[in-house]
Amino acid sequence: MPYQQKLVTVAGYTVLLLTAAIFLFVAAQAWPFFRDQVDLSFFTGDRWLPVSSPPSFQIRGFLVSSFMITSMAIVVGCPIGILSAVCLAELLPRQASILLRSVFEMTAGIPSVVWGFLGLTVIAPFVARVFNLNTGLTGFSAGLVLSVMILPTLVSLADEALRAVPREYAEASYALGATRWQTIWRVIVPAARGGIVAAVLLAMGRAIGETMTVLMVAGGRLTTPGSIFEPMRPITALIAAEVTNAARHSEQYHALFAAGLVLFSITLAVNAIAAAVIVGKKAEA
Amino acid sequence: MVESKHKVGFRDVSIFYGRLQVVKHVSAEIPEKEITAIIGPSGSGKSTPLRSLNRMNDHIGGMRITGEAIIDDQNIYAAGVDVVRLRRKVGMVFQRPNPFPKSIYENVAYGPKLQGLRTKADLDIIVENSLRQAALWDEVKDRLHASGFDLSGGQQQRLCIARSLAVGPEVLLMDEPASALDPAATAKIEELMLMLKRTLTLIVVTHNMQQAARVSDRTAFLLGGELAEYDVTRKIFTAPQDKRTDDYISGKMG
Repeated sequence: MPYQQKLVTVAGYTVLLLTAAIFLFVAAQAWPFFRDQVDLSFFTGDRWLPVSSPPSFQIRGFLVSSFMITSMAIVVGCPIGILSAVCLAELLPRQASILLRSVFEMTAGIPSVVWGFLGLTVIAPFVARVFNLNTGLTGFSAGLVLSVMILPTLVSLADEALRAVPREYAEASYALGATRWQTIWRVIVPAARGGIVAAVLLAMGRAIGETMTVLMVAGGRLTTPGSIFEPMRPITALIAAEVTNAARHSEQYHALFAAGLVLFSITLAVNAIAAAVIVGKKAEA
Repeated sequence: MVESKHKVGFRDVSIFYGRLQVVKHVSAEIPEKEITAIIGPSGSGKSTPLRSLNRMNDHIGGMRITGEAIIDDQNIYAAGVDVVRLRRKVGMVFQRPNPFPKSIYENVAYGPKLQGLRTKADLDIIVENSLRQAALWDEVKDRLHASGFDLSGGQQQRLCIARSLAVGPEVLLMDEPASALDPAATAKIEELMLMLKRTLTLIVVTHNMQQAARVSDRTAFLLGGELAEYDVTRKIFTAPQDKRTDDYISGKMG
């Protein structure tokens, strides 16, 4: 093998090894915590009391918060994202489509702290007013901001999937007397289904992992929220908020790593499913 | 010999893509329930007049057409022509088999469903009839819900023909329908064409002169966008009037 090729191969494996190493490191740091657990109360309990004696570390509230906010982001973001992708790929003239796509890609570069700031100063007060809440810092506001933040991922991947659909399908459809609208919804979108599902899953992974925005906008209550209109704290925000205060190798420190391991496993699973969908789609074609 | 009715006609048709003129003043009357072949060297603008007959060229930016393309005594480029209705009447089969990534059944049912047909019993009948007409029924009747991609190339092309037949066309345009197929599959398609001409008017673009000679009743020879010669196939291949036609069919050109 020529050395250039070796170099590239090594670089490729390094990425793989790094990911595995990070996972193992997190798992090792979480292990002392899991070792002392006798039941599943870590997942099912609602008491996160790191400085009480004895302390209690239970993450149901954070899990539920993550789930609620991600769901909100997906439910609101997906229809908008998929419709935008259809618009970009099928409806707009070429020039407008290129322009809009680069605008979407630029939004991907907005730092999440800026989104958080927008959420804090614009979205949250708006939500508080519209729904007549004491505070707008709720899962709803965070989900709303996230639904916009996932759009670049969602739109560019879905747009790519739609563009990859062979023109011959559209031609066959038109030749059978289909309108443009019928062709888009009955042939092109179904043909791109695999890629669109993968786009949604990757966007979901992005939403689950987002930290700064939810830390700033979601409100930060530590117990299980009764509804999405309450303040809450997803797992990412929990870790970000507490890890700097936790003494090294304290029980809290290991518990935060345990929460991190759970989060990591969820995003890994979501991304793995997305990858499987993409590979499956390629095998099918 | 009784002259049969003219189904399709070109009257001084010229087609431009931007400034480029691809079809030059073509005039021809095409009788119904016959097979008309369009032959000519590649790049001589064979597909363009074919695709003008179901207005598939409309999707190409900068396309302009002058003259009249006639189907059933009506200029299909006249104002107010319903393109959707036109395409139900004038079906098309493409060069490469292009079934949708759907089941065999759903491929054939696609056109009727577009028209709002929903009743399963009705769709079942149309799907079966269309597949029978396309000589594919016996090969697929036990696996109608398998993907269209599971079929061989020749079967896929017959599936595409069945899909066209399902909307009940009167004219079928075929753009080199066998060019991506092996000889056995090609023979099947040709056999099918001869069966279909009992009920349909077929216009087929082909670069395969043997194919034109085998299946067509009339042959149009296009050269550089001009209609060099158009006549009964036997005459074109045995006693061409134009020297260019003679050169082409005897292999001196092309």
